Amino acid sequence: MISTRDLTFSYSGSELLSFPDVSCGSGDQLLILGDSGSGKTTLIHLICGLLKARSGNIKIGGVDVSVLGDREMDKFRGANIGVVFQQAHFVQSLSVSENLTLPSLMTKDNISSEELYSRISELLERLGLSHKADSSPKELSVGEQQRASIARALIHKPQIVFADEPTSALDDKSTEAVISLLEEETKLAGACLVIVTHDQRLKSRYEKRVELKKLAG
Amino acid sequence: MRLFYIARKNLLAKPLQTALSTILLAFGVGMVSLMILSEKKIKDQFERNIKDIDLVLGAKGSPLQLILANVYHIDAPTGNIDLAAAMEVTKHPYVESGIPLAYGDNYMGYRIVGTDHSYPQHYSAEISEGEMWSEIYEVTVGAVAAEKMGLSIGDTFYSAHGLKDGTDVHDNVEFKIVGILKSTSSVIDQLLLTNIESVWGVHGDHTDEGSEITAVLLKKRNPMAVLTLPNLLKDTNMQVALPAIEINRLNNQFGIGTKAISAIALLIMALSFASIFISVFENMQTRKYELALMRTMGGTPATLFKLIILEGGLLSIGGVLFGLFISRVGLFTLATLVADQFKYDISEMSLLPAEIALICSVIFVGLLASTIPAIKTLRMDISETLSNE
Repeated sequence: MISTRDLTFSYSGSELLSFPDVSCGSGDQLLILGDSGSGKTTLIHLICGLLKARSGNIKIGGVDVSVLGDREMDKFRGANIGVVFQQAHFVQSLSVSENLTLPSLMTKDNISSEELYSRISELLERLGLSHKADSSPKELSVGEQQRASIARALIHKPQIVFADEPTSALDDKSTEAVISLLEEETKLAGACLVIVTHDQRLKSRYEKRVELKKLAG
Repeated sequence: MRLFYIARKNLLAKPLQTALSTILLAFGVGMVSLMILSEKKIKDQFERNIKDIDLVLGAKGSPLQLILANVYHIDAPTGNIDLAAAMEVTKHPYVESGIPLAYGDNYMGYRIVGTDHSYPQHYSAEISEGEMWSEIYEVTVGAVAAEKMGLSIGDTFYSAHGLKDGTDVHDNVEFKIVGILKSTSSVIDQLLLTNIESVWGVHGDHTDEGSEITAVLLKKRNPMAVLTLPNLLKDTNMQVALPAIEINRLNNQFGIGTKAISAIALLIMALSFASIFISVFENMQTRKYELALMRTMGGTPATLFKLIILEGGLLSIGGVLFGLFISRVGLFTLATLVADQFKYDISEMSLLPAEIALICSVIFVGLLASTIPAIKTLRMDISETLSNE
């Protein structure tokens, strides 16, 4: 599903970062482990096309995304990638279920609104958030927000789900709950799950791991 | 769900900020639109009353006063003129016709004007009830005067000396109402019309010879009249004044006031654009992360650009609509306050061309004010925005 080769990147004026090759198949789970400053987020942003690699290439589902133009990349990302961020962010003026319609609105896909809303209620049901569908995101607890953002990452059936530090703000119990949900839901959707974290609690859980080394200096 | 919906929700999520921008804009638009409306209304009113009166013949004095007194009946006359001498002027080959006016009395503040039937004819005034006056001391009343004073056919009254108050009553002669005119939206509506002999009769001058009148409204046959008549009258106690020129002069004097109001209105509008700019900009800054999020969900920069512009556009349109509402309510209130002078005509609620220009330019500038924040979203570094949170 994803394979990267010889990726390098540099922020303007700083030294070159090079990343180990990463690959993850359909339905697989991959853990990218590294301390803060080791370039974890940079790697995710490269794969999502939010940053442009200096060199190397990235293939997602057979498409070489490193050659896509900006607009094509936006479209590709919207259709194929879901992201769960460390802190769940929502469009505050919209309700939880309205927030879940955003990926569809942004990519202008052709899903009918009945289909979309039945999928939203099904997902919220499974994540135990049905009663919060019409609430403002502000009214959700941290755990509920994280579950809602998992729902949002999965709503458009992406091929890949990135979870960027999904557990660092959570206690052990919630961490377990959130991670299990992520695993179940991505498996159900047949997507590949990439978790990026410095959270050592997750280390033993995955066989497939890539560790990023902290850069010198 | 559409972008439009999100834009609306975003605005409603900040009710105070949105209300401030909208109200500021509404007041700016409202003031300008009210000025446009009332200026047109006043101009219409002035022009309707001038209607084919090319020159006014009256006693020497301020020409503007002569016009205000005899065309609009809102000032005291400049004095009296000799009837015979005045009639001589109307026979001049350059003059087509003249309407004589003689007045000096009032009833409950409404002027009693002695004239002939050509005066109501000139304003196309038709009889609503009763008939035109024919005998001495018979009166035909204008629509507004009749309504305000509650007069009806057969009523009698004594006139009072002067043009305003009723302290010095002439109780020697009783006037009788024989007719009521339909509304003409002109000065006739405010007058009590009778023949000239009645006006003389009240004051005891019963002889025709040496009788005086107040003014004559002239219609010219030849444009040269404007140049010839003043010369002709040089050595008399009479003068002619041109309503069109005097009213123009008056408008220019008024103009200073309306310019000041325009300047204030424009200032308020400028402030409101600044407030739209700040409001959209602030919204964008605080929602930077949300916008970045939409980008990761596949939103193109163009989509976000549209969203921001929509928010500015909605604010502008809201302000404009509210502003037009304010100007209508304002005009209605003004019209009610000065109902004596201006009969309110509901058809003037429609948009004037100048207002359409105002609306278009306000919405255009409103969109422009949100373009700068919108351009910033185009340049946003999503990766950095997401990492900094």
